[in-house]
Amino acid sequence: MTVEGATVLRLARGMRLREDATRARWVVIGPERLFVPDEIALEILRLLDGARSVDAIVDDLAARYDAPRPAIEADVLALLRDLAGRGVVAA
Amino acid sequence: MSAPPAPLGLLAELTHRCPLRCPYCSNPTELSRASAELDAATWGRVFREAASLGVLQLHLSGGEPAARRDLAEIVAHAAAAGLYSNLITSGVLLDAARLRALAAAGLDHVQLSVQDAEEASADRIGGLSGGHARKLRFAAEVREAGLPLTLNAVVHRQNLDRLPALIDLALQLGAGRLEVAHVQYYGWALRNRDALLPGRQQLDAATATVAEARRALHGRLVIDYVVPDYHAHRPKACMGGWGRSFLAVSPAGKVLPCHAAESLPGFDFPNVRDTSLAEAWSGSEAFGRFRGTDWMPEPCRGCERAEVDWGGCRCQAFALTGDAASTDPACSLSPHHHLLDLAVREAAAAPPDFTYREMGAKAAV
Repeated sequence: MTVEGATVLRLARGMRLREDATRARWVVIGPERLFVPDEIALEILRLLDGARSVDAIVDDLAARYDAPRPAIEADVLALLRDLAGRGVVAA
Repeated sequence: MSAPPAPLGLLAELTHRCPLRCPYCSNPTELSRASAELDAATWGRVFREAASLGVLQLHLSGGEPAARRDLAEIVAHAAAAGLYSNLITSGVLLDAARLRALAAAGLDHVQLSVQDAEEASADRIGGLSGGHARKLRFAAEVREAGLPLTLNAVVHRQNLDRLPALIDLALQLGAGRLEVAHVQYYGWALRNRDALLPGRQQLDAATATVAEARRALHGRLVIDYVVPDYHAHRPKACMGGWGRSFLAVSPAGKVLPCHAAESLPGFDFPNVRDTSLAEAWSGSEAFGRFRGTDWMPEPCRGCERAEVDWGGCRCQAFALTGDAASTDPACSLSPHHHLLDLAVREAAAAPPDFTYREMGAKAAV
């Protein structure tokens, strides 16, 4: 699967983003899998609603953090491509 | 002693009943009867206690969990407790209607076992005629029910050469993940070791197959694979360390640091009928005995890997040395490490027939 600006992603089937209250963090849980996203990754994962494109997510974050769009775009694409390769997110 | 870390995973062995008779079954050789099984309401309490202890993932296993008619009720308890539920099944007892009921009850994921990619061999290994064909139908029904699927292939000398076909099968069935699980040799599998243990060449070919498939299928299929202990130099961190991140509850309610630990002698394991999961985890002698590093003998004591592998597997240490508190012989520093090479050489002779898993038929330990 290729992840580009126009790609619309969601958490892959069987993956759940939830709060882990015991350890005061958020986690993505899958079959025999547990990912602990850092703060930025968590922001991105929360924006994966199966409707918004990668471009729209980048726009949202660039506006919210008042940061240069190319830098945000590079980070978001790198993260989502990695997660897609590991089966955490899917189109 | 400081408080132990919170557990992440719970294995609920709902029953030991199973229509399959795999000669490497991980159930203890002393199988529980149906009359001894916990009821659904008690499982519900166990799941709520597990969630408040910090458990996130629940594996519903057996035996064959679908041998229980109240499985959907048990799944609903898991969902209500907020646990991620994974059904570990042989697939031969569930029809599409029951599967839909499990999905509706909140099941998150299905893990289906196959015994081989080739039907006649699969049915011979599982000891159930028609089992393989039923599993293939079940996999399609899992996808139709909208549930994600992992294929679990237990591999050994008699099917390892068909690993490429098993990988193709996972793709064909729409699995997102394939677990290539080498047999672990205790209990039933130890009894059948000479029939199951692969040789070095066969293993190396399989390891290369996995490496190539991982590259070719990146983003399509996740493949989990671990080199088996009998060909390793360092032991696995079995269960992530005794009493560190995982606990199991047996069909009759025993709380165990690992599903195979019930076979270890000299333990008084707590039971959920008499105690809370929190008390079993934090307060019981059984969970404390091999927790951390204080119990370790030489050469584990002071080893730089003591908190990496936690001394390896206690069940394997007992199976091979007669002492559960000794270093896992999978470690090349263990004085018993040569036993593994010896076993591989002995198994190189013509494989004997299987001793199938049976209720009441006792395997040698």
